[in-house]
Amino acid sequence: MDAISQWRKQWFDYIQYLRQEKGFLDDQFVQLKKLQDENSPDFVVEVISLFFQDSEKLLNNMANSFEQEVVDFKQIDAHVHQFKGSSASIGAMRIKNVCVTFKNYCEAQNMDGCLRCLQQLQQECSVLKNKLEKLLNLERQILAAGGSIPVLE
Amino acid sequence: MMATTKSQRRPQEIPTKAARDSDEGHEEIAMGVGVIKVPFVEADSTISKRWKDYGGQLLTSFTPRRELVMSATIIESPSLPPTSSSSPPPVRFHALRAHSLSLSLSLDLIVCLVAEKIGLFHFVVSLDSGFCVASDLLSGYDFQSFAFFLHVKEKVHWLSLLWLDHLVIMESCNCIEPQWPADELLMKYQYISDFFIALAYFSIPLELIYFVKKSAVFPYRWVLVQFGAFIVLCGATHLINLWTFTMHTRTVAIVMTTAKVLTAAVSCVTALMLVHIIPDLLSVKTRELFLKNKAAELDREMGLIRTQEETGRHVRMLTHEIRSTLDRHTILKTTLVELGRTLALEECALWMPMRTGLELRLSYTLRQPNPVGYTVPIHLPDINRAFNNNCPVKISPNSPVARLRPHGGKYAYGDVVAVRVPLLHLSNFQINDWPELSTKRYALMVLMLPADSARQWHVHELELVQVVADQVAVALSHAAILEESMRARDLLIEQNVALDLARREAETAIRARNDFLAVMNHEMRTPMHAIIALSSLLQETELTPEQRLMVETILKSSNLLATLINDVLDLSRLEDGSLQLEKGTFNLHSVFREVLNLIKPVASVKKLTVTLNIASDLSVYAVGDEKRLMQTILNVSGNAVKFSKEGTISMSAFVVKSESLREYRTAEFFPLPSDNHFYLCVQVKDTGAGISPQDIPKIFTKFTQTQPLATRNSGGSGLGLAICKRFVNLMDGHIWIESEGLGKGCTASFIVKLGFPDRPNESKLHFVPKVQANHVQTNFTGLKVLVMDENGVSRSVTKGLLVHLGCDVTTVSSSDECLRVVSQEHKVVFMDVFTDGYEFASHIRERFGKRHERPLVVALTGNTDKSTTENCIRFGLDGVILKPVSIDKMRNVLSELLEHRFLFEAM
Repeated sequence: MDAISQWRKQWFDYIQYLRQEKGFLDDQFVQLKKLQDENSPDFVVEVISLFFQDSEKLLNNMANSFEQEVVDFKQIDAHVHQFKGSSASIGAMRIKNVCVTFKNYCEAQNMDGCLRCLQQLQQECSVLKNKLEKLLNLERQILAAGGSIPVLE
Repeated sequence: MMATTKSQRRPQEIPTKAARDSDEGHEEIAMGVGVIKVPFVEADSTISKRWKDYGGQLLTSFTPRRELVMSATIIESPSLPPTSSSSPPPVRFHALRAHSLSLSLSLDLIVCLVAEKIGLFHFVVSLDSGFCVASDLLSGYDFQSFAFFLHVKEKVHWLSLLWLDHLVIMESCNCIEPQWPADELLMKYQYISDFFIALAYFSIPLELIYFVKKSAVFPYRWVLVQFGAFIVLCGATHLINLWTFTMHTRTVAIVMTTAKVLTAAVSCVTALMLVHIIPDLLSVKTRELFLKNKAAELDREMGLIRTQEETGRHVRMLTHEIRSTLDRHTILKTTLVELGRTLALEECALWMPMRTGLELRLSYTLRQPNPVGYTVPIHLPDINRAFNNNCPVKISPNSPVARLRPHGGKYAYGDVVAVRVPLLHLSNFQINDWPELSTKRYALMVLMLPADSARQWHVHELELVQVVADQVAVALSHAAILEESMRARDLLIEQNVALDLARREAETAIRARNDFLAVMNHEMRTPMHAIIALSSLLQETELTPEQRLMVETILKSSNLLATLINDVLDLSRLEDGSLQLEKGTFNLHSVFREVLNLIKPVASVKKLTVTLNIASDLSVYAVGDEKRLMQTILNVSGNAVKFSKEGTISMSAFVVKSESLREYRTAEFFPLPSDNHFYLCVQVKDTGAGISPQDIPKIFTKFTQTQPLATRNSGGSGLGLAICKRFVNLMDGHIWIESEGLGKGCTASFIVKLGFPDRPNESKLHFVPKVQANHVQTNFTGLKVLVMDENGVSRSVTKGLLVHLGCDVTTVSSSDECLRVVSQEHKVVFMDVFTDGYEFASHIRERFGKRHERPLVVALTGNTDKSTTENCIRFGLDGVILKPVSIDKMRNVLSELLEHRFLFEAM
């Protein structure tokens, strides 16, 4: 039991770290956590994995778009928009913010800015992936030990 | 003889003390039965003392040393036997003093007196010879006095002392013996008398002076002074006289003479003065009399004033009596009684005009309680005179109005006056149906003074009568007003009762009708629904063209009937006031679009062009009754479509500027600008059948068919406009129709008052998810929701949210897919509007006709710019929700949407 509560504390501290200190996640993630109930025990994992699948695909698409002779900013904008929507849906705040900047560059057809943003997105995604995996592992650990995930407010 | 008996004889009885005291001085004479005792005077000084004793009176002066003898003869009465001879012996008595000629007369008198006293038959006095001598001796004396004492038979009769004065011949001193010394006693008395006279004479002027001094008002001072001087001078003469008793010198005589002359002069002057004064004194008397008369006159006037005051008091009392009631009969009765009492009248009568206006009828009298049958024609000269005169006029006692009682003919008639009493507010009297012959009507009051009395009418009495007549007029008018108001009140009460009854009946009728309508409505709706539903189903089956036409007609007719049923119910609810607006915030633009969508199919069939022009400044949202507004717009535009065969129907909607509100004012419509409201004006112009101007007023009344021709073709306007008018009125608006005439089309316009949506600040626009927390529905189990989102992650999250709330969620990733999946069962469609959401909304609306039967289309967007919301509104979405959405927010959103069927979150 000590271990569980320790993990719980660890989890809680970590999520607070992600939310408040680094701003990786926002309240939307907390909402997601709330939606995970008996009927959908893996809701968060499903959504997050969906998000990373999506983001991987989108990042690839965007990278491809930039490699075209004629860069279709509109197309890229649509991708960014979708990326933004996805990130907002899971509460990935930093990614969402990058998307907003990205969209502005797209509208301005600023190639350098766009490429910089794309790199940033790739980086953020991988960072977030690591962090979330760590968090989810911790959760799994707690659940495996028979504990429950603390409820966030 | 006297000398011999003088000393020897004694009186038999001594009657007095004096008699005893003067034994020597008395002589007894006894003849027969009577004795006469005669005192005599001795020639000494004591005699004066004796005389004093006998008579008790003093002689002023007596001359001593004179011896006078008087003899008297007494003849005895026949009853007494003579003593000495057969013939009655003469009784002689001795006179004490000899007298002058005039003395003899005195003696005669004495004799007569004595004889009478003592009852002697005969009495003779004779004077002896010595008398003459004595008379000579007596000359020069002022006064002589005698006393006789008689004593007859056994009784001694004392006669009171008799005094005889007679003037002494005032001879001068030198007649016989000038230096003859005066009798000393008399001198003494005269001396004293003169002294006292002088004293009195001097004291009287002093008193007069005192009087003059004290009496400031006495007018005749000079007279008094003269009078005083006269008296002083008289006194002086008497004073000087003191010196004349003795030997006096010539100086004295001169002084005396001077004094007398002065006295004479002053006395004459005084007398003259008095003569002069007398008329003055008499005139003083006259003046006094005059003043007295004046005072009496004033007294009379005073009495008159008192009488008038009394009368005035009577008038006040009378007025009070008259005014103390408002009953006409009491007023008149009181007036007559009080007037009769105050003026002590024989009779007092009031003649009221008859309703014909040609006769006066006796209404009230003082003596006859119920006068009936007395009428006089109004055109009598007396009556005319009274009517034309403001003041009371005297009329002949023989006038018909004065002839009230059978007259015996015994007495003369009393004075009679008549006064008019103006009948104010005549129309309120029972005689109100007079022809309007003259503007003023009068009653006549006749007052009679008692017969056979000399009384006349006084001015103040007439004034009183006039005042009373005026008062009666005022009181009568008051009474008339009261009567009138009472009558009016009674009438109103009756009317109220009747009205109340009518109202109750009407209410009962309305209730019955409403009940009937409600029942019928319900009973008719059910089969109607069946007809419509089944015909719709029938339409879907394979039909021959003829059958299809029939089914379409059935469907059309039943729809019309259903609308009519709804209208009837609406109308009945409108009329009994039970219909109330359901106010809420709604999308005004979409209302117009919906209407347009509804009329477009018919219009396109009839090949009519329909245009909608919404002013750019028209607020998207408004507060009001959306349903009724739409009904009204639909009705008006539906009519336009209905009555137009060709051409265009143009609908326009705009906000009436507050400065031009005035132009729309009518008798019933007073638009007032305010911050919370605006006035929406909707105009629908068509090129249809038009309306003739005379029919325009009727067009808003129920079941009016103004255009039989058009009606035949198009099914009639039915109750539409009547209901529209009521709706518009409920919305504080005004509806009207303008038309150039038949066949020239018409323009239907209406203005309604709508509220601005409540938005305290711009950022919270229209979104009210957090209010009414306790009303928030929390259970959405089984609620069918469709989520359309291209973004898989978003879709999953939204789905997760909705699933968490219990919804039955279907997710789609494209609008095509969505259109395939969506059905009437889906209550809400959440969609990402970024790509083709707007078009999808239009598709949905087209697919599901009625708003209440189609799913609500709500945008779920992460775009925070305003254009998104505006686009959503423009394309008729039912709401906009901003991402991110929490569970609570979603719960509120769903609850809000289901309740209000729209939700727009602020950007």
